[in-house]
Amino acid sequence: MSTTSATDAATADPAVPMAAVVARGLTKHFGDLVAVDGIDIDVAAGETFAFLGANGAGKTSAMRMIATVSPVTAGDLRVLGMDPTADGPAIRSRLGVVPQEDNLDLELTVRENLLVYGLYHGLPRPLIRARIDELLAFAQLTDKADNEVESLSGGMKRRLTIARALVNEPDLVLLDEPTTGLDPQARHVLWDRLHELRSRGVTLLLTTHYMDEAEQLADRLVIMDHGRIIAEGSPRELIERHVTREVLEVRFGSGRQPAATDALLALGLPEVDAVEGLAERAIVHTRDAQATLDALDRHDLRPRGHLTRRATLEDVFLRLTGRQLVD
Amino acid sequence: MSAPSAVSVAAPARLTPLALLGAGRAHTLMFRNYLSARSHPVVFFGGFLEPVFYLFSLGVGLGALVGDVTGPNGVTVTYVEFVAPAMLAASAMNGAITESTFNIFFKLRFGKLYDAMLATPMVPMDIAVGEIGWSQVRGAAYSTAFLVVMAFMGLVRGWTALLALPAAGLIGLAFGAVGMAATTFMTSWRDFDLVQLFVLPMFLFSATFYPLEVYPGWLQAVARVSPLYHGTALVRGLVLAEPSWSMVTNVAVLVAMSVAGLLVARRRLATLLLT
Repeated sequence: MSTTSATDAATADPAVPMAAVVARGLTKHFGDLVAVDGIDIDVAAGETFAFLGANGAGKTSAMRMIATVSPVTAGDLRVLGMDPTADGPAIRSRLGVVPQEDNLDLELTVRENLLVYGLYHGLPRPLIRARIDELLAFAQLTDKADNEVESLSGGMKRRLTIARALVNEPDLVLLDEPTTGLDPQARHVLWDRLHELRSRGVTLLLTTHYMDEAEQLADRLVIMDHGRIIAEGSPRELIERHVTREVLEVRFGSGRQPAATDALLALGLPEVDAVEGLAERAIVHTRDAQATLDALDRHDLRPRGHLTRRATLEDVFLRLTGRQLVD
Repeated sequence: MSAPSAVSVAAPARLTPLALLGAGRAHTLMFRNYLSARSHPVVFFGGFLEPVFYLFSLGVGLGALVGDVTGPNGVTVTYVEFVAPAMLAASAMNGAITESTFNIFFKLRFGKLYDAMLATPMVPMDIAVGEIGWSQVRGAAYSTAFLVVMAFMGLVRGWTALLALPAAGLIGLAFGAVGMAATTFMTSWRDFDLVQLFVLPMFLFSATFYPLEVYPGWLQAVARVSPLYHGTALVRGLVLAEPSWSMVTNVAVLVAMSVAGLLVARRRLATLLLT
């Protein structure tokens, strides 16, 4: 995607790939609350990068600083090679922002939303009009072009918000929890749209608390907890580094579960790397699930049910934070 | 996230005259408001009818009982001639306040409209200027229509009445800017009762329905503090073709209100939206 903004002169030769976001010791305080606690990030141009973490981990605060709508408390931040404090408008002219809550203009139609947003970006009308048809097709909203936004479903509103963020053909798109609150079907449609953007070479930066979303979309991700980055890498790397390839879930029933988990731990089985005890199941990181099940059987710890599956980012998260990712 | 206490505001605090125009995108917000008004036209007419109703009930109706009163520069005018310019001034005030309080509060707190705008190269001052500019366009339409009604009723005494249009614009600007600044401090719909607490007495006691001279001296001094008094005096002098030097003071008060309101609104919008 090329950009038509007048601010390109300020940046380097577009043929040379440049880091989309560079942060060093990036920090955000709200009064006494430390929302982001000195994080380092490098997002390369063309990459899809995700912030993964629970609610309150600092993802949104980090995103708002990158979007230049939240002043940096401390540390260095460069977005598209520019300084957010001094060059806010120039940066924003090359950003697309999809906020956590849709903030579409409910008094206007679908088409008018896109038109007005293009004007906010200072684009000439004929150019916007040409793009609107493309964007409506991209967002699968062509039939709804002249409907009031109010009448759209949640998934449609979300797609319109994404289409709106693309009206200036941005170099970097920020998506804050793009699929939260959508039904599974709408999520898949949205992921599909995001994959298409990726394949066009647009840099995507997203936050999510869905593990499958990060695995689906991200080239690289950081896991945030209490304002800090606690792990970084590709989904595959993180799974390989922090968990076994397969995990075994064992359920003993909620009454018996805590005691059974403790007993399992006490066995000290050689093939078991770690055990995460949850309220209604234990997640066993084991190199040999069958051997572990046999051992449980020998020790009269027969689970009510068990499941052997591939390790996911959720397991990584549980392993690293020692708690459920549901707040 | 709320209450940014020790956190400084990132918006560059340049106080050059150009900074008052933001990034120069205010007109795009005005266009947005036009699109919205076009699809919701009924709201638009209320603002025109209100002063006309007052004019007929109080000016024409009550005026039949009251007879003549002393107008600006001591000239004698009919009661309806006295009241009509005050209705023009008051409706400019009311229109601007409705627009800058209720409408802006909604967009700020519920619609999240401004958050969406600030994700683009627009800056808070574009929003302040755009909203007030739109309120000015609306107000100018109402004022013109009302002035035409006054002319047809023979309530206009000279060409200076045309200057009442920019005067009404200035009243709208002053109250719109201050109203918008006040709105940025409001946290719930209940705070709007406070707005009425200021607006209603101002409407009733700013030499709107009778000359200030009927008050004792100290109360006259109080009434002169009211910004609407200055607006009314200005419009009345122009419509009745009785200019005087005190109009310079009237204009100065309204200009000062406009500038102060705009500066506070810009600062507060940045504090609220850019945290």
